[in-house]
Amino acid sequence: MANLPTDFAELEPFSEWILPSEYDRYGKRIASSMDELQAFYDAAFPRLEDGAEYLKSVSISGISDEDRNLLWLFSSLVTVSFPVEAWRQPRVPDSGATSIDVVVEPRP
Amino acid sequence: MAHFAKPVEGSWTEHFGLATDPVSYDDSITPEQYALEREAIFKKTWLNVGRVEQLPKPGSFFTKELDAAGTSVIVVRNSAGELRAYHNMCRHRGNKLVWNDYPRVESSGMCRQFTCKYHGWRYDLDGKLTFVQQEEEFFNLDRDRFGLVPVTIEEWQGFIFVTFNPKPQPLKDYLGRLGAGIEGYPFGMMTQKHTYRAEVASNWKLFIDAFMEFYHAPVLHAKQSVGEESRKLQGFGYEALAYDIDGPHAMVSSWGGMAPPKDLSMVKPIERVLRSGLFGMWEGPDVGELPAGLNPARSPAWGIDSFLFFPNFMLLVWKPGWYLTYHYWPTSYNTHIFETSLYFAPPQNAFERLQQELAVVTFKEYGLQDGNTLEATQMMLESGAITEFPLNDQEIALRHLHTTCREYVAEYTGSKAAAPTPISAAS
Repeated sequence: MANLPTDFAELEPFSEWILPSEYDRYGKRIASSMDELQAFYDAAFPRLEDGAEYLKSVSISGISDEDRNLLWLFSSLVTVSFPVEAWRQPRVPDSGATSIDVVVEPRP
Repeated sequence: MAHFAKPVEGSWTEHFGLATDPVSYDDSITPEQYALEREAIFKKTWLNVGRVEQLPKPGSFFTKELDAAGTSVIVVRNSAGELRAYHNMCRHRGNKLVWNDYPRVESSGMCRQFTCKYHGWRYDLDGKLTFVQQEEEFFNLDRDRFGLVPVTIEEWQGFIFVTFNPKPQPLKDYLGRLGAGIEGYPFGMMTQKHTYRAEVASNWKLFIDAFMEFYHAPVLHAKQSVGEESRKLQGFGYEALAYDIDGPHAMVSSWGGMAPPKDLSMVKPIERVLRSGLFGMWEGPDVGELPAGLNPARSPAWGIDSFLFFPNFMLLVWKPGWYLTYHYWPTSYNTHIFETSLYFAPPQNAFERLQQELAVVTFKEYGLQDGNTLEATQMMLESGAITEFPLNDQEIALRHLHTTCREYVAEYTGSKAAAPTPISAAS
């Protein structure tokens, strides 16, 4: 069974970014190199516009596994966009040992 | 040059009758002052501990650790559907009544009664002692005398507050004009909640200081904006649309041109595609007519109002139809737990869920920048190398917070020096 909806099959090589918790998405980001983050961003960002259109047709209740995976994959793209578009490094500059951790998050 | 009008007095600070001298931060650097604040502030005022959505039906409960008030409370909906709060403590030998695995970790759930892990004493949802193990071994034990110790609880607009003050002002009166001004906002429709928590190595007031002024935003958060826009923002600086102060509470009303931005090149690529960002979804839900207390300057540029309900509850209402809360729970004079919850209308589809994710994560990126700055500030304040600090007019809410804390402590200690302690410019 495919991880992602057919139209987004080209993103299958990045299925390790299908992570249902923001805690894990952020953890993977700061454990990655800028090259790894850039590679994921360069593959996924050009599909975001199509992904956005597609996800508009997906209702939260009764969401399928593939559609949910796509939601979490693009959620990882959101997390990765900060180092790629703003920071030029995986961590927030000057954030040092500070952590702000998610304790409640809605997961369809 | 001023971009937004100020009161006739020439400044917000003078308009609200506050001093303009440099201030001392000696209220943030000693265990002694924190001990006084626990008694004078956290055991006297109303404390927001949650929302009614956390207690959907009879038997729903959560616990709240309140180091600043020296206790833990159970908040529960009883069988009649009413809110109740109790000290989280068994009447037998004082064991903490409700907890899982780790006694310092908060818990929540559904139950019909509370059973102590130690000797099995049971209490119903109204706090009545209903079962005593080997009751015949006790000496004339009158169960009616050994119910859970109640804590005063009240609800306002779905927000649940408790107080340890034996003679509290009614909550609605306590929240005053600023509270009354936002009644009717549809907080109850925004049930999609994300909560974050951080342990911060600073005095609790310093984080409130950071979030009650935006003077820092164009500088500390410069890199969050696209290059040209960032330079423009720094040159522009920051001015609020309006400030308001009522009793111990304060608010700042701020502009926000980012939802949607006037020019798409102002924002990052991901924001352009998802039509969302720090200010939330550009096209938010219809929240109807705003209550009179929001956007008090009636500015078309309005973006966000930040309320501080003394001592430690901040409520931020954003123009695109969502809100968030901040709580700062002191654990010592130089540490506190920071909690924030972001509340949205439930997403209609998976795209809206993704838009909300961008708003949430953007908030976190800003928060991470703010958090580390606080530890740096705390360290140097404790050095005592400098003891007076000039605050500008855009920092009025900080000045007011520290002034209010000093007044509460002074009232508690019965000191005649009830006045704030600005350092005299003449000295």
